[in-house]
Amino acid sequence: MSEGGELLNIDYGVGGVTTEMRPRQEGDDLHSDTMILNLGPAHPATHGTVRIVAELSGEKILNADVEVGYLHRGFEKMCETVTYNQVMPYADRLNYVSPIINNVGWCLTVEKLLGIEVPKRAQYVRVVMSELSRVCDHLTCLGASAMELGAFTVMLYMMQAREYLWELIEEVTGARLTISYGRVGGLKDDLPADFHEKMKSAFRGIRKHLENCDRLLTRNRIFIDRMCDVAPLTCEQVMQYGITGPLGRASGFDYDVRRDFPYSSYEDFEFEVPLGEKGDNYDRFLVRFQELFQSLRICEQAMEQMPKGDISVEDPRIVLSPKDEVYNSIDGMINHFEMVIFGVKPPKGDVYIPVEGGNGELGFYTVSDGTGRPYKVHVRAPSFIHMGAVREMLIGQTIADVVPTFGMVNMIGGECDR
Amino acid sequence: MGAVLGIVIKGFLVQQVTLGLASFCTWVERKGSALIQDRVGANRAGTNLYVGEFLKTDVFLLKPFAFIVRNLLLRPAFAVFRFLGSIGVINTLLNDALKALLKEDFVPAGTNLFLHALGPFMAVFPVFLAFGVIPLAPDVQIFDTVIRFQVAEISTGLLFLLAMGSIAVYGVVIAGWTGNNKFSLLGALRAAAQMISYELAMGVVFATVVLHFGTFDLYRVIEMQGGSIANWGVFFMFPTGFLCFLILFIVGMAETKRGPFDLPESESELVAGYFTEYSGMKFLLFWLGEFAEIALFAIVLATFFFGGWHIPFVEFPAGEWWAALIGHAVFIGKVLFFCVLQITIRWTLPRFRYDQLMNLGWKMLLPLSIVNLIVAAAVKLSL
Repeated sequence: MSEGGELLNIDYGVGGVTTEMRPRQEGDDLHSDTMILNLGPAHPATHGTVRIVAELSGEKILNADVEVGYLHRGFEKMCETVTYNQVMPYADRLNYVSPIINNVGWCLTVEKLLGIEVPKRAQYVRVVMSELSRVCDHLTCLGASAMELGAFTVMLYMMQAREYLWELIEEVTGARLTISYGRVGGLKDDLPADFHEKMKSAFRGIRKHLENCDRLLTRNRIFIDRMCDVAPLTCEQVMQYGITGPLGRASGFDYDVRRDFPYSSYEDFEFEVPLGEKGDNYDRFLVRFQELFQSLRICEQAMEQMPKGDISVEDPRIVLSPKDEVYNSIDGMINHFEMVIFGVKPPKGDVYIPVEGGNGELGFYTVSDGTGRPYKVHVRAPSFIHMGAVREMLIGQTIADVVPTFGMVNMIGGECDR
Repeated sequence: MGAVLGIVIKGFLVQQVTLGLASFCTWVERKGSALIQDRVGANRAGTNLYVGEFLKTDVFLLKPFAFIVRNLLLRPAFAVFRFLGSIGVINTLLNDALKALLKEDFVPAGTNLFLHALGPFMAVFPVFLAFGVIPLAPDVQIFDTVIRFQVAEISTGLLFLLAMGSIAVYGVVIAGWTGNNKFSLLGALRAAAQMISYELAMGVVFATVVLHFGTFDLYRVIEMQGGSIANWGVFFMFPTGFLCFLILFIVGMAETKRGPFDLPESESELVAGYFTEYSGMKFLLFWLGEFAEIALFAIVLATFFFGGWHIPFVEFPAGEWWAALIGHAVFIGKVLFFCVLQITIRWTLPRFRYDQLMNLGWKMLLPLSIVNLIVAAAVKLSL
């Protein structure tokens, strides 16, 4: 381990991290001892199981060590044992706050392997649902960060705003959290008939709540003092660490997968990519807050321009045949059987598709060996990459800044540890 | 003998007022925060109470009595209980205390049992003692004896208040040390630094107040604020009085370790701060002390700045019992207002960081209060 490990007296080989104080050495004066504070993995603030070992001088952090991996589920290995469509529930549990984006990313990956494109309507529905999820994700992140600063009320307002969306999502998909709405070659279901009206009224509610939260936080002096100049990252650092998404954009790294590598018809919509300047926590907050409104805008545009048509490709080797055919024709029956037992069979090859997840570039790298199960899946999980920079962000800050910084990084355990 | 008995009775009554105010604050914290946050809050305990089969008897002769007890006594009583339960009062006053008493009293390993028990006691006891010098209502004359609603009629009541406020720090520090936990230790350090820093500004503000009133006696202070609203402490030598009030309000919120100043227990980074290792009734005692402090602080504000039991431009005859009763109600009304105000602020604002807190205390409030004192002294001299 690096210098950090030695300083913290970490013995990875035998017994993990010792949290004893550094032994007195010759030359130390009376007040030079530092304190090792162990935050997590079971600490109330480390939502998503993570461990931060911090070396403190008073309240200031001299050194920190961030350990991830407590929530490892073996997602990538698990994917090799199931068919392409059966990966969907696993993908839900990556970033469980915005599961539809994960679904869409996985579907796009497999569709690229297959060399197909889903109908326009399916693409638009995917965009709408992805953006709703992104709003959920940002609301959760902002609410949790506000709560960690003691503004518990704001958190509950944001949760209420999120509730509108979850009701919408429940209406469409039948589930609230782990949705599994995506399917290779399309979607599970079409939108309900009155979805547009319901979305409009939900957005009215969300905008009202956001206005309240804006008034409670954005120009609140205590909040600004707590967030400004805390844990800044420069644009260069962001690029070196490979940080993307709102965290990178807060530092001025102008990259958004939706705009730069449009997928699923994102090129049809007008939206702005908010950028920060200083890359501190306040910029991160503002960027996420602005992205909320951009996402709402995209949803509205997509619903206005929603084309008519199918929501799945018409290929019985990729999507399940209609039940009518399955029960009444031999071909349908065989197709159904093939799909359920062997699944979609993409040709040999490998592909990497990035989508803009709630936290940044979420990419799936998949290798197909021509069978119905992926040969290898790798996820480029933004949270995991962002956690690499947390140590650098924390050093020099105070212990009170650990939690809001960690909140703004928005590590989602399921995605980070996979 | 009579004097001692009088003090015991007064002490008991004041204790009830203290506990009542603390409970009220707890209830407002629950239900008020629920209203602020658009939640329902506590609303279940006791709502299932129905008279039902109570006291139904087959004995012919007892039937009328059972009927009377059931329908005239129990039914209204139960209705009251149901109502109190539906607004969360029973939950706060009865269930929580009962639960805390029945819970395991966990003491961490490697700590001193005596000191561990002393911590919560020291956090609560001085606050309750401080209530002893608060006059709660104007004097009442019964026959020839004048009764003053103040347990300890000392002329230096203000100093006693300050002293008790300082002692309460010890409870927090002891709790932090005996927790044998780094989070408790950090919380206790923060609490000690915070309370000592803010006591300076508080002392200077009180010096200004004393400069104006010319007395340490709380009863005299309230007496002097009768009559016109211009006599209220908050309006004296404008704007010095108002500045005093503002500074004291901020300092008081920091002293009670609440609102945006709840760093010692900031639950996000320090788990629960100095009482992390406390459970059961000991844990609850800290909360009781905190809420009693809120009430005490509201009383101080009402006493020094808002005329105590006086209604502006209304004079009641001295020594009448009904005047004392009205005065007490007015006083408690003002106190409750400030309790609710503090709780509202606590549920609205995020919290400070340690260095910002110190900056605010040392670089803003202390210089401001000193300048305020000098201005007040100059004005007082020139008058």
